[in-house]
Amino acid sequence: MGDISTDLEKRFSVAEFPKGDGSRVPYKVFSSQDVYDREQERIYRGPTWNFLGLEDEVKSPGDFKSTFIGDTPVVLTRTEDGELAAWVNRCAHRGAMVCRLARGNAKSHDCVYHQWSYDTRGNLLGVPFRRGQKGAEGMPKDFKPANHGLRQLRVQNYRGLVFATFSDSVVDFLDYVGPDMAGFIDRIFHKPVEYLGCTRQFSNSNWKLYLENVKDPYHASLLHLFHTTFNIFRVGMKAHCQTDNIDGLHSIILAIKEQENTGDAYKEQNIRSYDEGFSLEDDSILALVPEFDVLATNHIQPIFPQLVIQQIHNTLVARQLLPKGPNNFELIFHFFGYADDTVELRALRVKQANLVGPAGYISMEDTEATELVQQGTVRDGNAHSVIEMARDAPEQKNTLITENLIRSFWKGYQKLMDLPTTKTDGEHGA
Amino acid sequence: MTKDLMVRLEVQCLLDLYIDVIDNDRLEEWPALFVEDCLYEIIPRENEDMGLPAPVMRCDNQRMLRDRVISLRNANIFSPQTYRHFLSGLVIQSVSDAEIAFTSNYLVINSNQAGQSFVYQTGRYLGGLVVTAEGWRFSRLRCIFETSRVQTLLAIPI
Repeated sequence: MGDISTDLEKRFSVAEFPKGDGSRVPYKVFSSQDVYDREQERIYRGPTWNFLGLEDEVKSPGDFKSTFIGDTPVVLTRTEDGELAAWVNRCAHRGAMVCRLARGNAKSHDCVYHQWSYDTRGNLLGVPFRRGQKGAEGMPKDFKPANHGLRQLRVQNYRGLVFATFSDSVVDFLDYVGPDMAGFIDRIFHKPVEYLGCTRQFSNSNWKLYLENVKDPYHASLLHLFHTTFNIFRVGMKAHCQTDNIDGLHSIILAIKEQENTGDAYKEQNIRSYDEGFSLEDDSILALVPEFDVLATNHIQPIFPQLVIQQIHNTLVARQLLPKGPNNFELIFHFFGYADDTVELRALRVKQANLVGPAGYISMEDTEATELVQQGTVRDGNAHSVIEMARDAPEQKNTLITENLIRSFWKGYQKLMDLPTTKTDGEHGA
Repeated sequence: MTKDLMVRLEVQCLLDLYIDVIDNDRLEEWPALFVEDCLYEIIPRENEDMGLPAPVMRCDNQRMLRDRVISLRNANIFSPQTYRHFLSGLVIQSVSDAEIAFTSNYLVINSNQAGQSFVYQTGRYLGGLVVTAEGWRFSRLRCIFETSRVQTLLAIPI
């Protein structure tokens, strides 16, 4: 009993939510070290599948890529027999990072400190002077290399997206995201993809502010003024916003074009310019070559906790979201195309990279906004946000004027983090 | 030697004007430093080294440069900031009737409203100059940068 109340006090001291419906978020979750440490334990080392990269980034046996799960350094490799593996980048001997390069190809990975050597799966291959030398004793007789490999992770590859988990118990990736979200992943990953390089953006704000942003269709036309400024009217558009229907942590926002332009595949969006105001001199940046069953200009799909799948017009990106302490995050935009792209379509994807990323016409403001929230809330951890838009219409999926996805996210987050709700009578409750 | 020196001075002169236009907030003059059929690109070195095309910014004609300026003046939202460019190691790579090719290091220090200045981007320019009726203009300018973690956002051209 004593243990339970101590645990409860501990949870309350980390953070408490004024309401349990995700509509009130205590600002301390964006800057508290305690919250951050609990996230590393309960989320990134908990029952989640974490995006490491595209399968195409590690094509050949021996290829490797250094990355992170949360703030734990991990390495993704392609083994000699063509499988994917991942391990924590921390030598089993004295804790040094074993792999020191961002990318490369290696049959084995040797720690530079004492040259302990590991295979591509993270198994310990050899220890220098294990059997001693010239009278030196070496390692004890009971030292078994099999017990001293690198921390190996479960890895699953879903249609070219590679995920890993610390958890032995989390369900397979497909069940983790559920059938609805899998269907939307399939929309983009319906054929082999090719990695086209990455761009990186570092923000002085908490990682969850970015997740809120990609679950927030309400801000799109208000913060991002690119379309408005250039008098680009998005006629015949409809929206589809929904969650995974599991814990609400994954979601999709689709902006769908209802009327398909048949005929010329390169036909522009309906763009009208008026005498007043501005018009784009080169509007090919907003071309939309139909290539999906559902013709959408925007597909924004966060797969909790560290992936956002994005299709904006014909530019395709897997955004990796990495926390860098409570007050910073990094976004890594992994651009890709399809293996069977025509030269023209590949060039269009690269051209439309101008729309997204750190200099993106319709995305650069996002980090500006998340940093304004960070600055505005850092000293007021017990104050909270007010997230009410469309709260009375939880089933409504066909509008962008909604904060349903954000509320669902916070409910799922609160559950996964096991953080309490403040009881309305003023007493603490679980 | 005199001819080489003149070529070098022409490149230096256009680069100095380029920096003056960007660092002193005369972005409307920036597109005219390029020819109509130009390439302006900002790309992380990690992509360039791997032969991968993903850019931070890529304009393959002068109209796209003008669109950029109008967008960042009127559409894009970002906090007031000032660049100061510092260039070094200018090397003229080749000179032909068609083009002068050059490379140069650059360092961009960014200063914000709070009065902090920080290293925003280091990299190198790979460029080409051609002569036009209006004088020397960039036919291409590629900014290949090592500061791959772009701080917050990139609005103003490098």
